Amino acid sequence: MTSLTKTELTKFDRPVKAPAFRRVGTARRIKNNLATVVFALCFAIALVPLGWVLWMVVSEGIGAIVSSTWWTHSQKGILPDQSGGGVYHAIYGTIVQSAVAAAIAVPLGIMAAVYLVEYGRGRLAKVTTFMVDILAGVPSIVAALFVFALWIATFGAPQSAFAVSLALVLLMLPVVVRSTEEMLKLVPDELREASYALGIPKWKTIVRIVIPTAAPGMISGMLLALARVMGETAPVLVLVGYAKSINTNLFDGNMASLPLLIYQELANPEAAGRERVWGAALTLILLIAALYAAAAVVNKLLTRNR
Amino acid sequence: MTVHPEVTGSDLSESTGPLPAGETAQMPNEPRTDQAAGVGTAPHSGRAETIFRSMATASGAIIVAAIALIALFLLIRAVPSLRADTVNFFTSTEFDTTDPDNLRFGIKDLLMVTVLSSVFALVIAVPIGVGIALFLTHYAPKALARPFAMLVDLLAAVPSIVFGLWGFLVLAPKIEPVQRFLNDNLGWLFLFADGNVSIGGGGTIFTAGLVLAVMILPIITSVSREVFNLTPTAHIEAALALGATKWEVVRMTVLPYGRSGVIAGSMLGLGRALGETIAVLVVLRTSAQAGNWSLFDGGYTFASKIASAASEFSSPLPTGAYIAAGFVLFALTFVVNALARLAAGGKVNG
Repeated sequence: MTSLTKTELTKFDRPVKAPAFRRVGTARRIKNNLATVVFALCFAIALVPLGWVLWMVVSEGIGAIVSSTWWTHSQKGILPDQSGGGVYHAIYGTIVQSAVAAAIAVPLGIMAAVYLVEYGRGRLAKVTTFMVDILAGVPSIVAALFVFALWIATFGAPQSAFAVSLALVLLMLPVVVRSTEEMLKLVPDELREASYALGIPKWKTIVRIVIPTAAPGMISGMLLALARVMGETAPVLVLVGYAKSINTNLFDGNMASLPLLIYQELANPEAAGRERVWGAALTLILLIAALYAAAAVVNKLLTRNR
Repeated sequence: MTVHPEVTGSDLSESTGPLPAGETAQMPNEPRTDQAAGVGTAPHSGRAETIFRSMATASGAIIVAAIALIALFLLIRAVPSLRADTVNFFTSTEFDTTDPDNLRFGIKDLLMVTVLSSVFALVIAVPIGVGIALFLTHYAPKALARPFAMLVDLLAAVPSIVFGLWGFLVLAPKIEPVQRFLNDNLGWLFLFADGNVSIGGGGTIFTAGLVLAVMILPIITSVSREVFNLTPTAHIEAALALGATKWEVVRMTVLPYGRSGVIAGSMLGLGRALGETIAVLVVLRTSAQAGNWSLFDGGYTFASKIASAASEFSSPLPTGAYIAAGFVLFALTFVVNALARLAAGGKVNG
């Protein structure tokens, strides 16, 4: 102690380094603010096309869809340069084709998801998860070509709405499997264990306990999958022809659908054609929006009742 | 995860004595009580269990089979046409199938247009998508992040034909000055050189790429968002404790952690862009000459070429030419999607 002079003592009292808390330098502050602005701008940029597309579709299409015949009539007997008529036939085709696809894809997809979550072990399960990812990435035109090569070229079936549905099944399957998988995984294991403890076999546990618990999420997942395939244009282009009037035969003959009608009328240079193009686009978006809304409502209602 | 009834099953088989090997393979999925309490439903539910499990397994197998069948049937239909092809399939820019006795089709130009438009879309969409994902996960107010994210996801809900419509009728005339400017000032670079279609028409790879960029934005954003959200809080807090600004936190913890996710998302986006059909078909103008890697070229992508000829699929040989192109597209997207999965180190959402 004696060796320490007064000056040395004060040196020890002081921190060895300058204060740790220094103000953030100007350059760093500028960079930080710049980054914030850039990221916010990126978000704003994404909203531009969304708003722009929706605005164009609504403003250009509203004139057509408020007409009294739009929802109740087909294009039968309407000339290209004549406005009027409706898209009832195309709405019918869109709904029927995607509904038939859903009728095949939903059970198949749910069972595949059950397999992956509840039973899947070993190599087949691994390959299946991989293939679901690959199937999700298969372009719609390839799915359409496949159905063409199999159903039409090999089996000799005619071009038909059912062929379109088959292609849509391929596009819908991965979406259904994914969303069902997610929902099944969310079901707590305690529920399964409680069921086993009561002596209920595994399959019954899945059917009566696991799937009902996951149902709200699964149903909204299905509706979103349906919305996704509704707007698909490539399959209808390859697999079925356009018809101006209603065709109720699923297995033969041309059948209109909204995307096909849009594509068809795009080649029509008349003002009436343009009107129909935008009108059909708005109708399609309204259908999809309705499915999205239904998905949200189902999710909310069913989850609350629990 | 799922329960592992194997444990209870094997306990059981030990306590009740040895079982034939064939039976133990199926037993493990049975809950203990079925046999132990002698409920008597065991044989019945055992059969039901087997049926149910086989149905589930079959559904999984159908998906695997579907992919194999796609490859198989496309090949079966493509091979005769490839045999009849009088020019080289990979190096020819011709695609003439009007005369079934003299098929002349090659994919060089299709490949050029497909790759150029998709890569251009990716170059635009990835930085913006990553920016949006960062904004949504680390900048936007917590209460607004979800609705904001839903807005971006809404882009994915718009059907591609509507994007095509918008790109062709609305966007193309609007961005014509931008294209002219790039062509006039950067024309010395091959990307902005004079193309084989008129810029005034708007149907260039440039326009198509922009539309594709908008279409793949949601997938890139959502995959990136998912990984950015997973950045360990400890990393972020450590960076903050060292006095990092928010940007430095993002640069030093969030971005390195999320890199694989960004790559996976970009790959998925690329896969989408490669296979997009109708939007490209509506937007792109066509030209008799082959393109030369300029953004102001026109032409067909694989997908739009197939779709454009779809109404003429009647005789097998010409159709096979398009199916061959479709097979190449399938192989391309298969590789890109497999890479995406690899990059993510497992399952990716999309």
